[in-house]
Amino acid sequence: MINNEANMNEINNVIEKNNENDPVVLYMKGDPTFPQCGFSSTVVQILKHIGVDFQSYDVLQDEKLREGIKSFSNWPTIPQLYVKGEFVGGCDIIREMFETGELKKYFEEKKVNFSNN
Amino acid sequence: MGMKRDEIESMILASIPDATVDIKDLAGDDNHYAATVTSNKFKGMTKVNQHKMVYDALGGKMGGTLHALSLTTLVPND
Repeated sequence: MINNEANMNEINNVIEKNNENDPVVLYMKGDPTFPQCGFSSTVVQILKHIGVDFQSYDVLQDEKLREGIKSFSNWPTIPQLYVKGEFVGGCDIIREMFETGELKKYFEEKKVNFSNN
Repeated sequence: MGMKRDEIESMILASIPDATVDIKDLAGDDNHYAATVTSNKFKGMTKVNQHKMVYDALGGKMGGTLHALSLTTLVPND
């Protein structure tokens, strides 16, 4: 058990550090240029449409990250979007927030710049 | 793998009894659905927590057995 716990702490620290390093962090399958899943691709397109810079991490490259991120947020699927360390949602919620204009408001509240092109 | 539509519905209703559940089969492969779940229990909850409640109802099947369930949660308008 201890080994498992050590692994968990280790990956949690990695995730926390990722989320501190950049204001907007997207854990996805593939990368923004070559998303490997429709849901990940949808969130990438939304972020690009709003014109917000974001750091992405490809969970397909790191099995520990792929599982670790799910227990970190207690959210069962990928993609996962974090803004200033806070879990915002997966594809369904980000798309809904985008469609209702809530996502831009959220970025404004969190003082995250976007070029809104 | 995947799940049948009525299996998804009965699991959600088992833990959210007052919910109305509308499930559309997107691909006929037991794996791609769009579900809208409406319940008073969602009142005052964040969207993330509303969705988590539905995922919990699905007993850990979400993201594994069930790959693609597009979810919308609503509170009934009084």
